[in-house]
Amino acid sequence: MIHLDNVTKRFPGGQEALAGLTLSVDKGEMVFVTGHSGAGKSTLLRLIALIDRPTSGQVIVDNQNTQRVKRRKIPAYRRQIGMVFQDHKLLYDRPVFDNVALPLIIAGVSHRDAGRRVRASLDQVGLLHKEKQRPQTLSAGEQQRVGIARAIVTRPKLLIADEPTGNLDPDLSLEVMRIFRRFNEVGVTLLIASHDIALIDRLGCRRIELEDGHLQEPQEEADQWQ
Amino acid sequence: MAVTRNADAVAPVRSSGAFSIWLTRHASTSLGALGRLSRQPFASLMIVLVIAVTLALPAAINVIVKNAQSVSATWNNALDFSVYLKADVPVSDAEELARLIGQRADVESVSLITADEALAEFKQQSGFGAALDQLNDNPLPHALVVRPSASNTSASMILLQEEIGNLPESDLVQVDTEWVQRFHAILDIVRQAIAIGAALLGIAIVVVIGNTIRLDIENRREEIEVTKLIGASNAFVRRPFLWTGFWYGLFGGAFALLLVEYGLFLLKGPVTRLAGLYQGNISVASLDLVESAAIVGVACFLGLFASWVTAARHMYRIEPR
Repeated sequence: MIHLDNVTKRFPGGQEALAGLTLSVDKGEMVFVTGHSGAGKSTLLRLIALIDRPTSGQVIVDNQNTQRVKRRKIPAYRRQIGMVFQDHKLLYDRPVFDNVALPLIIAGVSHRDAGRRVRASLDQVGLLHKEKQRPQTLSAGEQQRVGIARAIVTRPKLLIADEPTGNLDPDLSLEVMRIFRRFNEVGVTLLIASHDIALIDRLGCRRIELEDGHLQEPQEEADQWQ
Repeated sequence: MAVTRNADAVAPVRSSGAFSIWLTRHASTSLGALGRLSRQPFASLMIVLVIAVTLALPAAINVIVKNAQSVSATWNNALDFSVYLKADVPVSDAEELARLIGQRADVESVSLITADEALAEFKQQSGFGAALDQLNDNPLPHALVVRPSASNTSASMILLQEEIGNLPESDLVQVDTEWVQRFHAILDIVRQAIAIGAALLGIAIVVVIGNTIRLDIENRREEIEVTKLIGASNAFVRRPFLWTGFWYGLFGGAFALLLVEYGLFLLKGPVTRLAGLYQGNISVASLDLVESAAIVGVACFLGLFASWVTAARHMYRIEPR
């Protein structure tokens, strides 16, 4: 589903966020990306979402080489991917329902279909009863679940999440991860950046560790600990 | 909270490109833009007012010129002209001629100014009284002042003047239409000035709307970033701003019409009084349907144009970070 081949991302200052990174995520996998802040987790996700482009190397997502996606085609490309953010990125001037419906409206789904799908999405994150509320009246955990509902409402094959539990306490974090887990069980590929290693170990998913833009085998790290 | 997904539910969204969806999308975007304007009624009203006044100004001057032209068009046909008779025509012949011309259907009245009367009047008005007294005989001819009937057209006026000028007794026909022509020339200049002024004011409207839209875009920067992040195209993000510009134009244009109509309503009384003094039946013409539609149409176009240019310029700069 995701394939990075010798990807380097250098910022204008000369600082390298990713240095010759090669990795693969198979279809239907649920993979965590860990590492210190500045290790390149966010950059990796940004390259996949085409918010940034690599300095060199190839990023292939769902058999599409992102390098060949023209600027004008980026919106259509992004619509195939569900995205969850640490700061939710909800729109606070409209109720929960409208926030979740936004990707469908962008995609031009008819009103009736949209309503049904939004409710199905909200149901999956357990917020069906809050559809008329404004995001600011919800707790941080609920806001994050609204963000997740918005990410899955278009039924993407791939979902990427950048520190989705960064602002949540352990119980809420686990709840969010369980929701992700359920999507994974129905075939959605997930790539989640997180530094909550204890939580990840509880879920027993594959973990990719980044350090200074390089791949760090989790095994090695385990050796270091011993 | 049960997960009810199955294989075919995982299929990605296919946008149903039906015309009706496009239409409902525009309808909801336009209503959304309208709602946004109504949530800031004072600020929106100010913009609309600026547009309305800017449009009403040239429109009102145009209406005044139009009225002046229609009024002055009748002057040509109801204009007195003077016929100077040959010096050797005696008073009795002149009186007879005045009577005959006065019987014509295309003439309303004829008055005779005899040479003596003319001289007396000239003495009185010119201030050369003493000098004129030195003259042995009166150098002035008898003259007829012909007032054509109002039913004359420009063409029949010329014919009438020619016929009278061809009479054996007449020496010279003098028509004082020059000032009417000058007046028309002035109106033409005013018209031209309006056209230039209207173009400049149109630019002003574009700047005002463009600037408002620019501020609007800045205020909604975060929203634009988020929508772009989840896959909105530039066209999608631009659409509400286009509608905002359109609404500004529409309301500004409609308001301009109201201003012009109200101004004409205020003028109607004094104009009718003035017309009464001249025994004329002057009616104040207001904007006709085509002109009204043109004003509103131009306003809508300017609104759309301004917002399109502004949105196109700024939309590309706002990308998710």
